[in-house]
Amino acid sequence: MSLLNVKNLTKNFGGLAAVSNVTMTFEPNELVGLIGPNGAGKTTLFNLLTGVYEPSEGLITIERSGKQQTINGLKPYKIADLGLGRTFQNIRLFKDLTVLDNVLIAMNSKNSESFLSSILRLPDFYKKEAQLQAQAAELLAIFNLQDQALALAKNLSYGQQRRLEIVRALATKPKVLFLDEPAAGMNPQETQELTQLIRKIQKDFKLTIVLIEHDMSLVMDVCQRIYVLEYGRLIAHGLPDEIKNNPQVIEAYLGGELTC
Amino acid sequence: MKKNLKYNALWLLFAVVIYGLIYLLYFTGVITPFTEYTLIMIGINIILALGLNLIIGFAGQFSLGHAGFMAIGAYSASILSIKFPTMGGFFLGILVGMVIAGIIALVVGLPTLRLKGDYLAIATLGISEIIRIVIINMGTLTNGPAGLFGIPPMVNWPLIFGFVAVVSLVIINYIRSGAGRATQAIREDEIAAESMGVNTTKYKVIAFIIGAVTASVAGALYASYIQTITPKDFGFMKSIDILIIVVFGGIGSVSGTFVAAIVLGILNMLLQDAGALRMIIYALALIVIMIYKPGGLLGTWEFSMKGFVTRVNKKEETADVSTKREKSN
Repeated sequence: MSLLNVKNLTKNFGGLAAVSNVTMTFEPNELVGLIGPNGAGKTTLFNLLTGVYEPSEGLITIERSGKQQTINGLKPYKIADLGLGRTFQNIRLFKDLTVLDNVLIAMNSKNSESFLSSILRLPDFYKKEAQLQAQAAELLAIFNLQDQALALAKNLSYGQQRRLEIVRALATKPKVLFLDEPAAGMNPQETQELTQLIRKIQKDFKLTIVLIEHDMSLVMDVCQRIYVLEYGRLIAHGLPDEIKNNPQVIEAYLGGELTC
Repeated sequence: MKKNLKYNALWLLFAVVIYGLIYLLYFTGVITPFTEYTLIMIGINIILALGLNLIIGFAGQFSLGHAGFMAIGAYSASILSIKFPTMGGFFLGILVGMVIAGIIALVVGLPTLRLKGDYLAIATLGISEIIRIVIINMGTLTNGPAGLFGIPPMVNWPLIFGFVAVVSLVIINYIRSGAGRATQAIREDEIAAESMGVNTTKYKVIAFIIGAVTASVAGALYASYIQTITPKDFGFMKSIDILIIVVFGGIGSVSGTFVAAIVLGILNMLLQDAGALRMIIYALALIVIMIYKPGGLLGTWEFSMKGFVTRVNKKEETADVSTKREKSN
């Protein structure tokens, strides 16, 4: 079995099946693209996988020390602890906190000190705090955000905010990282930098990246495999070159030929 | 490590200086038994508002039920200290009040903290009213609507000062820890916080419990100072009074809470002679502040000992440089 398995996943909002009968697998250390027209259900799928929504039907399992663990219906924070990290399509940083705090919050869930030692400021507290801060600073340096560490997140430029979202997700030490339209609103040069960044993350952090993106040059460039969604259904799956020439995908994006 | 110790020592020094200042004011007769009331109320209001600021300003949960938890502390301490009119009885009362308030906050917080914004405000308001009505109907134990009187006076200003210091220490250190950061993340964006591994329910409930427990302590101190309490002292208006301090000082600023509690306390005292005009001036002051400083007096600004020390050092350095220049000239 693979690292992350999705089996017959369905999510209904009233009468609308936003995601219907989707089956997918994700292997360790691969870069997978998830594309489809607007409203195809890509973000809903991310929300299902990270626990923001509860699936109507189907099964999501993640491999954990050799065993498959079901994560359906778990709270998002538990799923985050199991190793699924994410960014958001509409940036959701902790705006009024510093860049450093944004990262520290994501790291803290696994390293929280005891109530008593933080109230009494025991030496243990300072030691842990110093360790965490050093780790966070290291992470920020990789993404060239170290100079902004003490700035408020809302004061960063758009591109920096997007990068901070990725840093924050990485701080949770994920096995699978879901990036929801990381290149949205970026100019071609920024997109180029992002492409290199994504490759670097995958290589250095040895994790699986799942990418939702509308910028096809980016998707075709970095993704090893691609899933295509339309109206909540999976319509194609394959290598970038196969997807490029798949008639169904072309029809989904450009519309079918007129038959009069 | 040593640096941290230095700043902690400076804070201790700060507390001692304030204590000395108040002592001096007593000694020189500036604080009379009449103005002492204002001083004590400022202390109690600081405790109340700090707890509420943790819930509203840091966890981002709009609670209007603070007076209810205050009532629990006031009645527990009163009942026990009337039975055992010693310092021990009073402290036992405070402890019992803290435990009851904490348990009620836990039981009530778990379901209600799922609500957001206005809904949570209404729910917490309801809880505080329920607490009040239960107290009214507890028969001889609480003496119903007539309330309790002849409560042994156990508090004096050093005791209040000590409680203010301890409560501030607990709340400030909690806010500036990993748990406190997680709590603030909930205020900023609950969905993102949860996706980053923050157990939002847990931190919301903890903030609520800390707020309730500190409110109960403040209630106990209040009862012992005033010596008479009735259920209507802990109505909706009391919750609003505390909320005003939090909003006035700046939601999410601990320093602001201190400043607001002191400013409003003194304003209240000065307006005592103004009679009916008092409430109008008080309300006008609030309106003016909200128009010109919608984020409260201090916004989210915090006083930092570290920042203060660096600034002083810088000034000294520049002063050194200028004196050296003068000498060379």
